[in-house]
Amino acid sequence: MGIIRASKLGFDYYKYDDDGNVEQASRAVDDVNLDIQAGQFIAVLGHNGSGKSTLAKHINALLVPTEGTLWMDQMDTAAADNLWKIRQEAGMVFQNPDNQIIGSVVEEDVGFGPENIGVPTDEIWRRVDASLKAVDMVAYRQHSPNKLSGGQKQRVAIAGVMAMKPKCIVLDEPTAMLDPSGRKEVLKAVRELNKKEGVTVILITHYMEEVVFADHVFVMDSGHIVLEGTPREIFSQVDILKQYGLDVPQVTLLAYELKKSGVELPDGILTIEELVDALCRLS
Amino acid sequence: MIRDITLGQYYPANSVLHRLDPRVKFVGTLLFIISVFVFNTFPGYGVATIFLVAMIGISKVPVKFMFKGLKAIFIILLITVIFNMILTPGEVLWRLGFLKVTREGLIMAGKMTIRLTYLVIGSSIMTLTTTPNQLTDGLESLMGPLKKIKVPVHEISMMMSIALRFIPILLEETDKIMKAQIARGADFESGNLIQKAKSMVPLLVPLFISAFRRANDLAMAMEARCYNGGEGRTQMKPLKYHSRDYIAYLFVFLYLGVSIIFRIVGI
Repeated sequence: MGIIRASKLGFDYYKYDDDGNVEQASRAVDDVNLDIQAGQFIAVLGHNGSGKSTLAKHINALLVPTEGTLWMDQMDTAAADNLWKIRQEAGMVFQNPDNQIIGSVVEEDVGFGPENIGVPTDEIWRRVDASLKAVDMVAYRQHSPNKLSGGQKQRVAIAGVMAMKPKCIVLDEPTAMLDPSGRKEVLKAVRELNKKEGVTVILITHYMEEVVFADHVFVMDSGHIVLEGTPREIFSQVDILKQYGLDVPQVTLLAYELKKSGVELPDGILTIEELVDALCRLS
Repeated sequence: MIRDITLGQYYPANSVLHRLDPRVKFVGTLLFIISVFVFNTFPGYGVATIFLVAMIGISKVPVKFMFKGLKAIFIILLITVIFNMILTPGEVLWRLGFLKVTREGLIMAGKMTIRLTYLVIGSSIMTLTTTPNQLTDGLESLMGPLKKIKVPVHEISMMMSIALRFIPILLEETDKIMKAQIARGADFESGNLIQKAKSMVPLLVPLFISAFRRANDLAMAMEARCYNGGEGRTQMKPLKYHSRDYIAYLFVFLYLGVSIIFRIVGI
């Protein structure tokens, strides 16, 4: 049984009129079924408004399903008793790096989560040290977050989540506001956490390049999961992806076009190295 | 850059005063201010001066930073001095029309000047040697007993520290919006006061919207990190008294004692 399971998950956003009556309901997530195994690197793809962020907020009970159930580590997120336990086990990193850092010194921000769950002082320091090390930000521990770059801020935010010792970490478009080098930094940190610490990662994104390393990819469109599979399986369906308003990585697209015009290449090429390799093998 | 402004006026240095517990500095400053008003004679002010000069020396903060705070109260100081000089009844030294300067007035003005100046310098020493964070921590701990009468002490200090964190961000944002509006032809410079106030509207509206949005995001981020008020919370950097803090307390209370004795004896 997986660490995160969802069955027939549905969520409505309500629009209220002045008297507090429901004026309009819009379905953001509809009939989603998930079964995610511990230790996996999961990517969720989708264009704006596809419901991927709404789905992410269900995992740590920031939102509670209107229909169906979601279990995080066998705990039903709709049960109020489980709330803080779930939030400790499923950390969340948001899009805007400025709006999620609470402390005015890097190390204090990383300590914020453990403080909230009542970890003793000595243990907080140990966890802060370990988390800052894990994201390679030890050198900045005394700095003010305002003076860090976007990528560094996101790494601090990730360290802040790691200090709570979560089983799973949900990243809601963590790189959307970063420049390419910041994006690389953050992804590297996330992948290392997944590999070294064995944390389950759920990466929500609309950048195709970030999905390549995932174990499993879900593609969402208007609240539904429309495609799922390994990155290779997903990216071999270029036409279908385009239909959902998504692009494939440039290399994959190039390979796809080459194949269409008669060059014999395998399906779903993901990296430049693979393409070079495949091209060299052509006689 | 606007990003580099430091809040409060913390001056980093390695001195005993910097290392003291913020609570000691807070109480100490309060007692010093009380003592300045307890002392009523010039020998007394001499003692206060010695105390103040000693503190400035120990703090290792350049003297000119101490006097920066005085600029802000210069006008108040001037008004106090003038009113004290001309309105205190007594032996007339100098007269111009209905205005007269009295001997008692001059002494009173001198005392008020010393008191106000020392008050400002005294609190400057505290803010210069304590980071804003330490100050909020210290306040939270000092106001702890107020929790019993349902004052939300933890919430207040949390709000203060979040405000401290977001002021630079919002300043930067103001700068950005201002430039964006100027690029579209907004004029923030010319016109009289009313026109200037009106021209602030296209600046304030987007700023408020963005501030609310940020607040919403931050609240969600805090909730996602299990924040649910002060209950059951531990501290990463709990305030702990060291022996130097007790010595400092002793010293400050002795000083206040001296000032009270001076007042009673009437020196």
